[in-house]
Amino acid sequence: MPELESFPGGRSQDVPSVSNEAQTGERIEADRKPQGEIAVMVRRDSEEVSNGAPKRTASGSQRLSGSQRLSGSRRLSSTRRPSLREDDSLRVVYINNPDRTNKNFNMAGNTVRTTKYTILSFLPKNLFEQFHRFAYIYFLFIVILNQIPQLAVFGRTASLFPLILVLVVTAIKDGYEDFGRRRSDKRENNRKSLVFQIDKFQDKKWKNIQVGEVVKVLANETVPCDIVLLASSDPSGVCYVETLNLDGESNLKSRYARKEFTVEHPEQRPLKGTIVCETPNRNIYEFQGRMDLGSGVMVPLAANNIILRGCELKNTVWVLGVVVYAGRETKAMLNSAGAQSKRSRLEHYMNRETGWLAVFLIIICFIGGLGMGLWVNSNSDILSVLPYYKKQDLTGENYRFYGEWGEGAIGFLSCIIRFQIMIPLSLYISMELVRLGQSYFMTRDREMYHESSNTRFQCRALNINEDLGQVKYLFSDKTGTLTENKMQFDSASIGGVDYSYAKITVDTVPVKADGSISPADTEIGKSIKVDSELRRILDSPEPAPARHLVWEYFLVLAACNTIVPTWVKKSASGQLEMEAVNGNGDSLGFIEYQGESPDEQALVAAAAAYGFTLLERTSASIVIDVCGDRRRYEVLGIHEFDSVRKRMSVVVEGPDKVIKLLMKGADSSLLSIVGEGGDEYSIGGSESVDELQPSDGVMSATLKHLDNYARKGLRTLVVASKVLTRKEVEDWHFHYVKASSALHDRVGLMRNAAELVECNLSLLGATGIEDQLQGGVPETIQLLREAGIKLWVLTGDKQETAISIGFSCLLLTRDMQQIIINESTFEGCRSKILGAKAKYVIKPPPEKKLFSWKRQNGIDAANSGHDEVTGESADSNSRFNQPLALIIDGNSLVHALTSALEKDLYELATACKVVICCRVAPLQKAGIVSLVKRKAGKMTLAVGDGANDVSMIQMADVGVGISGQEGRQAVMASDFAIGQFRFLKKLLLVHGHWNYERLGYMVLYNFYRNAVFVMMLFWFIFYAAYSAQSALTDWNLVFFSLIYTSVPTIVVGILDMDVNQKTLYVYPPLYGSGQREEAYNQRLFWITMLDTLWQSLVLFYVPYFIYKVTDVDLYGLGLVWCMAVVILVNTHLAMDIKRWTWIEHVAIWASTLVTYICQLVMDALLSVPDLLPNHWVVFHMSGSVRFWFTLLLTVILALLPRFCVKLLKQWFWPSDLHIAREAEILLPSGQQVTDLELNDVHQSSSSLIQPPPPTAV
Amino acid sequence: MATTANAATTTPGSAIARNEVKPQSQKPIYTRFSQQEMHACKPLMTPARIVAVFMTVGVVFIPIGIATLLASTSVVELVDHYGHACLDNSAAQVNQSLRTREERISFIKNPSNPKNCTRTIRILKLMKQPIYMYYEITNFHQNHHRYVKSKSEPQLQGQQASPEQLKICAPEDSVGGQPVIPCGLVAWSFFNDTYSLALNNGTSVPVNKKGIAWKSDMDKVSSTVYASNFQNNNPSAYIGGGKLPVDSPLRDNEDLWVWMRPAALSKFRKLWGRIERDLYPGDELQVNIQNVYNCFSFNGQKKLVLSTTSWMGGKNNFVGTAYLTIGLLCVALAIGFFFMYYSHPRPLGNTKQFSWNNEKQVKQRGFQSTQPRTILR
Repeated sequence: MPELESFPGGRSQDVPSVSNEAQTGERIEADRKPQGEIAVMVRRDSEEVSNGAPKRTASGSQRLSGSQRLSGSRRLSSTRRPSLREDDSLRVVYINNPDRTNKNFNMAGNTVRTTKYTILSFLPKNLFEQFHRFAYIYFLFIVILNQIPQLAVFGRTASLFPLILVLVVTAIKDGYEDFGRRRSDKRENNRKSLVFQIDKFQDKKWKNIQVGEVVKVLANETVPCDIVLLASSDPSGVCYVETLNLDGESNLKSRYARKEFTVEHPEQRPLKGTIVCETPNRNIYEFQGRMDLGSGVMVPLAANNIILRGCELKNTVWVLGVVVYAGRETKAMLNSAGAQSKRSRLEHYMNRETGWLAVFLIIICFIGGLGMGLWVNSNSDILSVLPYYKKQDLTGENYRFYGEWGEGAIGFLSCIIRFQIMIPLSLYISMELVRLGQSYFMTRDREMYHESSNTRFQCRALNINEDLGQVKYLFSDKTGTLTENKMQFDSASIGGVDYSYAKITVDTVPVKADGSISPADTEIGKSIKVDSELRRILDSPEPAPARHLVWEYFLVLAACNTIVPTWVKKSASGQLEMEAVNGNGDSLGFIEYQGESPDEQALVAAAAAYGFTLLERTSASIVIDVCGDRRRYEVLGIHEFDSVRKRMSVVVEGPDKVIKLLMKGADSSLLSIVGEGGDEYSIGGSESVDELQPSDGVMSATLKHLDNYARKGLRTLVVASKVLTRKEVEDWHFHYVKASSALHDRVGLMRNAAELVECNLSLLGATGIEDQLQGGVPETIQLLREAGIKLWVLTGDKQETAISIGFSCLLLTRDMQQIIINESTFEGCRSKILGAKAKYVIKPPPEKKLFSWKRQNGIDAANSGHDEVTGESADSNSRFNQPLALIIDGNSLVHALTSALEKDLYELATACKVVICCRVAPLQKAGIVSLVKRKAGKMTLAVGDGANDVSMIQMADVGVGISGQEGRQAVMASDFAIGQFRFLKKLLLVHGHWNYERLGYMVLYNFYRNAVFVMMLFWFIFYAAYSAQSALTDWNLVFFSLIYTSVPTIVVGILDMDVNQKTLYVYPPLYGSGQREEAYNQRLFWITMLDTLWQSLVLFYVPYFIYKVTDVDLYGLGLVWCMAVVILVNTHLAMDIKRWTWIEHVAIWASTLVTYICQLVMDALLSVPDLLPNHWVVFHMSGSVRFWFTLLLTVILALLPRFCVKLLKQWFWPSDLHIAREAEILLPSGQQVTDLELNDVHQSSSSLIQPPPPTAV
Repeated sequence: MATTANAATTTPGSAIARNEVKPQSQKPIYTRFSQQEMHACKPLMTPARIVAVFMTVGVVFIPIGIATLLASTSVVELVDHYGHACLDNSAAQVNQSLRTREERISFIKNPSNPKNCTRTIRILKLMKQPIYMYYEITNFHQNHHRYVKSKSEPQLQGQQASPEQLKICAPEDSVGGQPVIPCGLVAWSFFNDTYSLALNNGTSVPVNKKGIAWKSDMDKVSSTVYASNFQNNNPSAYIGGGKLPVDSPLRDNEDLWVWMRPAALSKFRKLWGRIERDLYPGDELQVNIQNVYNCFSFNGQKKLVLSTTSWMGGKNNFVGTAYLTIGLLCVALAIGFFFMYYSHPRPLGNTKQFSWNNEKQVKQRGFQSTQPRTILR
């Protein structure tokens, strides 16, 4: 990394040379100093921070101007330099010096190219991509075989036709898609932005922007590339962006310019400096770098200092930024690639059967080759005199004759060419089209449209539609999936007193023209319940200790968050406009809280309702209106929430110069660090003095309240605070600064810094936030369960919350025996699991397959059988004859998911009717899904809405994302996206079922269709001396699966419907047909193949016997066979269609007609005699009655056995679906339950909501 | 085939385009099609319908079977198996007896040997005109892959075919550098036996040889194409069949076009002519045969066939028998299914029969023990 070595020197060209030598020298000196000394120096530096605090103003550059401080920072950076050297994956950007920036590094320009091809590369690249598919290679192999003169079975043109057709169609489609991208690229590249060029900002096209240039972005403009913020119109350096284009989140996010370098007019003072940052990567939530603006001060840069391409600037007049990543290296572009491709289970099985077809193909070709060899052998004495076979040419040389073996081999290969469509390549194309049609229906489904979020169903993966019909295990997140994720502050426990009797409802806080707040007299906006008692305490004039406690409590709620307050005011047009609250308060409007966490929004809104209104937030300070008194708190540091610590804290310095640590977090993580003597607020007399016990009392009371809240289904957080001493602050600040400017392991260092202060806190109380159930959740769960789908809830919430939500959504019922496992040791966990297994007599899956006779050919019979046997019958066999519910928490899962226990866990869990896992980490969610996927071998579906569900969604066979409040990461990772949990009902039970049944039938039918055709051709070779001559013309062979019979199967694959939606809802167990793989399995495949054999024999021999000794010509008989097979397969399809609409009628009958018309047209054409040998045949043939009688006889005789077997099966062994279909058609509609009644049933059963006390094992 | 490109995350370009549009409702528009609520017919095979279907098939098939059987029996077909007999007869004239195939081949190939032969065919039943005259050949694979392709359509259309184009006719493409017209094995193996008919009273029976080939086949041949260099091979062993007159256009030779249309199976008939008068029982037809076509090289036989025709074409009992059998079978099935439904009644759409309502299957399949809603009576 030579550039980095020369980095200080390089910088020296830009900074005044006076300071240059001194700085360099100082740096080297610092490098040599031992570690301890540096620490001392730095400590001195941070001392100055705290000492100098009173003098400090909002201007950051002044604060950092002291020379001592400067050297301190410099040393800090020097100590880290070795780590910079180690890693050569860094990028150096010279601000406002693009030439130099780009000189040594190969950085991408800002031109984006999302197109795959250029005009030149289109043909080779597209072909290359197309031939990646196996099918095309097979096609190509056949075509190449056919080009060998000895093997030219087909006319060469005819053999090329299908391949070329498919290639051209795909190429046109790809080209068209690419053309669209090209146009949008062009539009994108020619957009203009203000770029600093020779002393002033001028418009520049996006494509010409280079790394290192300084860009000015105005309000509502889109950011052209990834820029590091230098300044914004806001004096504090804050700006707001909307990242809708990036991650789909529409709330505003704040980004900060480092205040140290706020530059207002680059025209007057040229910008100089250097930025060292990571090389381009696709992580849009991380950024690490350092900036040096010439003064020699290194400033750390983090993710909130950069704005990514595609973001829109909002609520900010302008920002200045320097380009660090451009064009394809921007994070947005790096993220835009990578479609996922999954393969559905049905397709997986289908490939297995395709293997069988390949075996058949090889067998019949072998027979063909063998026959050819034997024929040559047995006729060897007359071969040279045969009039129809020339072994020798005129000179007596062998003419295209290679001996018995050679002829046999040629026979074999010719047969492969002739019978190639045994492998139904058209099936792959048809399947894609059918899935396209199915996704059309799913996306257009009005019942899966979510009105309030204006989202439709989204089909993000096209390949696994039919998997939706086979789901056996459903893993669901709770928050945002079962619940709305619209948080409302419900209960407060402060200092051991429960204030959860909210009566008054207060709405979003209006701000008067003078900026003062009056919470009482408002009506509009989000309503918050306010507890009157709490209100009274706050309003009471005398500064009682209880009031102090409450005060502190709400201060934490208002301050300890990352919420950005914005103004919402009514503009003249009546639309709501937003603008950042800038403290002037010159306009009347409402404050809206923008933030990434709905919990925080609820807490801040609640604090505002009680009079603690967060008014302004900048990177350095927050302004809170405390009951009319506006106070500014300096923010010294924020330790943001992460999933390991499960808490968040801020260090603030109030107007009274007291530095406090304010903190909120999950009880598990926070209660352990609450100090013993920390209850300073609760000591002393107050009106609630009896309740305010010493610390233990508050602690236990709070714990009790937490428990109560959780039982009510509330989300709980614990609130604590602490006054920091100077020493603590210094110590912490040193580590904090060090961590925040670290380029490596910043998270870990931050965590360490946090641990310095996050101890011995005083407990203030707890909050309870209500998250309402989504509409229709209990009914949906009930239906899914009746459909035989096992629902597992995996949540990060507390156990009690999870259980209570379980009851309210009918997942748990009172008659269930709950098995609760929360152990923190392996042994404890083991004994609980084994104990439960012993108690409820859960046996491991039996080897014997009770139910396998029916599906003995299914390779997965063992898998599919045993789960049902162990699962449900075990619970009916269990001693208590009571359904079981397993509730297990994250700590236990750590041990239970180890290889030693996972088998027992799996057996226990599958024996239970309900499984709830609480307190689970994202990776554990994936671990559970993976466990079931591996052990059960059944279709799993995971549904979730948040980033913590992504791993689970990706792990499951089918991932469903809910486009909800928590951004779109889950949706991005999912295969399907829905708006609400209740849509799963329609998605699985209706669409999933239809998709599965349709595609399963279509695959079998396609196998049959091609095989019957090939077998018919095969029988003929016995009558043509094993030469691969076909009676059908080449074109008919090619068109058969391409034109004559392709449309009906696609139409039926898209439109056929066994039973309608209502029936599927009324009898949800009908869904089981997909779980048991009833529409497509090996048994059906072999039955179909038997039928195919019979039909092909009839097809061949009926015309054969009728035309046996006549003057019929080769193509005449070929025509009979061609028409017969087309009519036969279409009639076969017609016989199986369950729902006829006009489209099906048109598809089937028109296809048959088109076949005949094709014959007429081809026979009438004379211009290409070599390609169309059957000139005028159809006109001769169809003039005779015999032709038509032959067709009728063939079709009826071929279908007779299938028809009879179908009738017998339906009469004596009707499938559930068949019975349901009969009921649907025959029973008067009144006898079926309407959806309305259905809901009534669920409502009556929801009286079970009140949870019984859980019983531990 | 469709790539999953549309599943990829939105490109910034499209995202921006979307952003410029005002947010409008994504609510899908209602159509019966998109909501899958189209008017539809759902055929259900009820017992009555099933019996009706079988009866219908029976009722349609049995008359067809009877009619076609009658038509078939009304056809009079006379077959004379003359190939070997005539050759032996001719050989006897020159005091040879032919035992092996090789002897027969060499005899028939020798142009100096007598080939004339007279066969007598006795008419037993009235044969109404037109009576079709076919020759039948067995064991000749006109459908062999190497044979079917061995002809040149461009050449017959009068185009100047290049040696490359004629390669398909090899080895019968050229002799001594001159192209053979018509080239290829098909023409080369042209059948050239001739027949002349007379009654036993001496009156000759004219045979109409016009219109025996398909007009369409003749139309595609140019009238400027004349046979040339045909069967001109030096070793006479390479003479396959009949010669063609060089002075009349190929197109006029209907026999050639009949021959050139490849037969479907190895035993085939080809039309030779039509007798346009009735033949009466007791008539004896004297057929004078020029027995020159070598059917011994492929172990085949030659037959002469005289056949009348019906509305169903020539004689074929299979059609009638099959129709009759299937018709009767369907009637039997109708009756059988009727009794089956009668003796094993099953109420249709009986929801009690669902596998999850059935105790035994509940245990096996493991359905939820909770009964589906009680409202379902």
